[in-house]
Amino acid sequence: MSYLLKRIVFYVFTAWAAITINFFIPRAIPGDPVQALITRSRGQMTTEAVQSLYVLFGLDKDASLAEQYFSYLGQLLRGDLGLSFTYFPSPVSQVLGDGLPWTLGLVGITTVLGFLIGTALGTGIGWRRGSWADALIPVTTFVSSIPYFWLGLIAIALLTGPDSFFPASGAYDNGLVPNPDLEFIGSVVQHGILPAFTILVSSMAGWILSMRNMMVTVASEDYVTVAHAKGLSDRRVMVGYAARNALLPNVSGFALSLGFIVGGTLLVEIVFSYPGLGLQLFQAVGAKDYPLMQGIFLIITLSVLLANFLADVAYLALDPRTRREG
Amino acid sequence: MTDAVLEIRGLNVDYGLGEDAVHAIRDVDLTLHRGEVLGLAGESGSGKSTLAYGLTRLLPPPGVITGGEVLYHPDGGDPVDVLRMDHAALRRFRWAETAIVFQGAMNSLNPVHRISTQLTDVIKAHDPRGTSAARLARARELLHLVGISADRLESYPHQLSGGMRQRVMIGMALALEPKVVIMDEPTTALDVVVQRQILRQLVELRERLGFSVVFITHDLSLLVEFSDRIAIMYGGRIVEEAASADLYRDPLHPYSHGLLNSFPALRGPKRELTGIPGSPPDLRGMPSGCAFHPRCPHAMERCGVEVPVLGVPPDKSTTAHVAVDQRSPADRTVACWLHPVHDDGF
Amino acid sequence: MTVVPTTGTATPVAAPVKRRRLRFVANPKATTGLVILGFFALVAIIGPWIAPYDPSGRSNDLLQGPSAAHWFGTTHLGQDIFSQVVVGTRSVIVVGFIAGIVATILSVLVGVTSGYLGGAGSELLSALSNVFLVLPALPLMIIITSTLPETSTLTIALVIGLTSWAWGARVLRAQTLSLRGRDYVEAARATGEKTWRIILFEILPNLTAVIASGFVGTVIFAVTLEITLAFIGIGAGGDWNWGTVLYWAQSQQALAQGAWWWFVPAGLAIALLGTALSLVNFGIDEFVSPRLRGGGKTNVKTADGHTVRMRVGFTPVLATKAGPEGRETP
Repeated sequence: MSYLLKRIVFYVFTAWAAITINFFIPRAIPGDPVQALITRSRGQMTTEAVQSLYVLFGLDKDASLAEQYFSYLGQLLRGDLGLSFTYFPSPVSQVLGDGLPWTLGLVGITTVLGFLIGTALGTGIGWRRGSWADALIPVTTFVSSIPYFWLGLIAIALLTGPDSFFPASGAYDNGLVPNPDLEFIGSVVQHGILPAFTILVSSMAGWILSMRNMMVTVASEDYVTVAHAKGLSDRRVMVGYAARNALLPNVSGFALSLGFIVGGTLLVEIVFSYPGLGLQLFQAVGAKDYPLMQGIFLIITLSVLLANFLADVAYLALDPRTRREG
Repeated sequence: MTDAVLEIRGLNVDYGLGEDAVHAIRDVDLTLHRGEVLGLAGESGSGKSTLAYGLTRLLPPPGVITGGEVLYHPDGGDPVDVLRMDHAALRRFRWAETAIVFQGAMNSLNPVHRISTQLTDVIKAHDPRGTSAARLARARELLHLVGISADRLESYPHQLSGGMRQRVMIGMALALEPKVVIMDEPTTALDVVVQRQILRQLVELRERLGFSVVFITHDLSLLVEFSDRIAIMYGGRIVEEAASADLYRDPLHPYSHGLLNSFPALRGPKRELTGIPGSPPDLRGMPSGCAFHPRCPHAMERCGVEVPVLGVPPDKSTTAHVAVDQRSPADRTVACWLHPVHDDGF
Repeated sequence: MTVVPTTGTATPVAAPVKRRRLRFVANPKATTGLVILGFFALVAIIGPWIAPYDPSGRSNDLLQGPSAAHWFGTTHLGQDIFSQVVVGTRSVIVVGFIAGIVATILSVLVGVTSGYLGGAGSELLSALSNVFLVLPALPLMIIITSTLPETSTLTIALVIGLTSWAWGARVLRAQTLSLRGRDYVEAARATGEKTWRIILFEILPNLTAVIASGFVGTVIFAVTLEITLAFIGIGAGGDWNWGTVLYWAQSQQALAQGAWWWFVPAGLAIALLGTALSLVNFGIDEFVSPRLRGGGKTNVKTADGHTVRMRVGFTPVLATKAGPEGRETP
């Protein structure tokens, strides 16, 4: 199990690195962003809120850097990420709490589904190398080069409209109040299909290509020839011998590129005005809402680390050689 | 002993198609008799492995079979041509009748499945009606057969030593009691002690179970010791075929002679190790005539012009004019102009 | 046994032979990619001169569809979109290549050093690249660029280059580790060859393909990232790029107004450039790993007229009779 332990140490280290980056970056912001906000709020801010922003931005000139760092960590541990400028006077943690479930639902599900479907398709194309399926490769390459958000724009242009089933924006019908009844859930699904489809199509393409290449590489391994020599069924050789081994590098590739994929998928939210972290990030950039930007960076980083860890666990389950290690 | 179990007739194998095709196997005739160990020797690139992969149709692209027959004689049935089988028939035929032990056991086992899975899936594929308990019992039996304790069933390949993995492969090859076992350099990657242990065990198993073996190696001294008959390949052709003792005592083809002298003999009189000058020919630019003539110490003018025909050398055969398909193991054939063959009409 | 998970490029890098170099250019995928890339590079150089209008210049043709005067139509301010796309090419290419070069230099330094030297320092460098690898790139870029007093094309390129070297470093480290154990490297070390000479003359030449593929990969990454940043409004000052075009299209509700011409050309240009770069990378992959090569024809005709596909496990049989040179069988 020391493999997992090693990974956990690594993720804790990375999380610490992200937090530290988050600590130093605001100290490089020119001017005094907090003062501007305080002036704008005209005394509506409590002293505590002002103090919290000062800690966040290192405007506490009396404290040493070490003191600043520890009070920042302490504040983080309490879940205090400061106040959002855009959603003033909501604290950042509350804004994130509103956005995170939507992002987890949309991006989380589609990223995993995209990987699974793409890998399955890549398996088939790689296995039937030289057949008609190869004709899909140039198309797939082209699709994988399209930015996610642009595909979203095209989807909106082509598939939405006054008479269309698909709404062009939002996560649910504005007239509904979020509660777990059938009508609301139906509306959520209806709003989710198009953004989900966009992410699926663009993220699948990459996995198709990489799995296809791995299948081609693995197909000439000795154990696959042995499997053919044993007279096993085509399906058994393809799934149990070739794909089962080709999957391993694809899973670690998945873990490593999560940080990149998530960035792309967040933009789909912007295009569809989907009320998740991506849209909030967009608004935060527009309004120079530094606390919110940082909060989003932190929460996305932590989610990606967690997802990475889950991918590691999956890898561990898939590759017996890792289990022995250490 | 004399009836054939596998007959290869006029087999031709190419790599690539059309203009770029490289002829890797040319007109190979070879017969494997019931219960014998037939050795196949030659330097790397001589086509011996290509022959093994070709006759089982396991040659990866761009390999293609451009002609010939591979006749398998089942017990008391009509011969079937492996090259005419469709994929389904080929799948049924594989492993049940002809099993293969590949070069490098390191990569022959699937790294992500347990030994038990890899032993039982082949049994299940050929007999889906059996119970999983029966299959597991058979797997245990197979490991026992090759001298591995049954608790290794649940191991993964990386947990076994190289020698153990090769034993597992041999056990796996015997899972369906095939009539023919093809072994492609089965022990090359192993150290000498383990190598001989495994081969001795193999000979013992063969005596007990009565299968025939095609044994492929570059190590001729190993073949002299373990096989009944030996065929020597050079440049994609068989250049000599004889009983091992005859070949060892009196190699007719200069190449066989050179090959014998490049390995230290383990038994019998000591020879001087000389080796063969030069290197094996490139399949892309095969010399004209006899492919061996540029390296041959006895090369004549004719050797560079005409391809020698494989046949019974007049000075060595007891009965002249023996047709190719009727020869007994005691007979020998050679393709060399030093021993011109009687013209049987061609 | 350590498992080093790497994708595609993780193949043994044999000593390159001169003849193989030519084969790379002869690879149809790589050639197609390079031709498209050459086209974009040309536009990047001469773009400002061939653009028919000033990309920021307004006119009275507000929100017009494509026409002879405006090939890609106009914006809500009457700006010519064709000129915006043409002029914007330079920024895209410049960012891609500067970021690619910076990241490649860093990845070679970090990857080869940590792969060759070993020890605690090596582990530390490896951990560092893994940290940069898992940190989500886009949010990181956003918080970094948000602190910069001004963002020009150059600063964006540098920030992308400085943060995106980790993938290349990881692959190079794995390759260097495997090369380090090769006989000829061991031999060079045994004879007391200087470390920098071994790295320069024994290791690096064998990493060429991996480095090239890493460079192309980073260029794809950088171009996408630049366009993405511009799309959400973090852009290079007054410079036009394809992302800026899309940013204005999005913020002016081009979709709702049915102005498809506003976002289609820039998007297609991105996809085309991305495809070209991917094709070059496929060429490199196939060059390094011959298994991936298409190998020309995969379907063969048998003597009796059937077409069979070449595949692993079932060698096609073209004729069952004796071959052309074969003797007659009785």
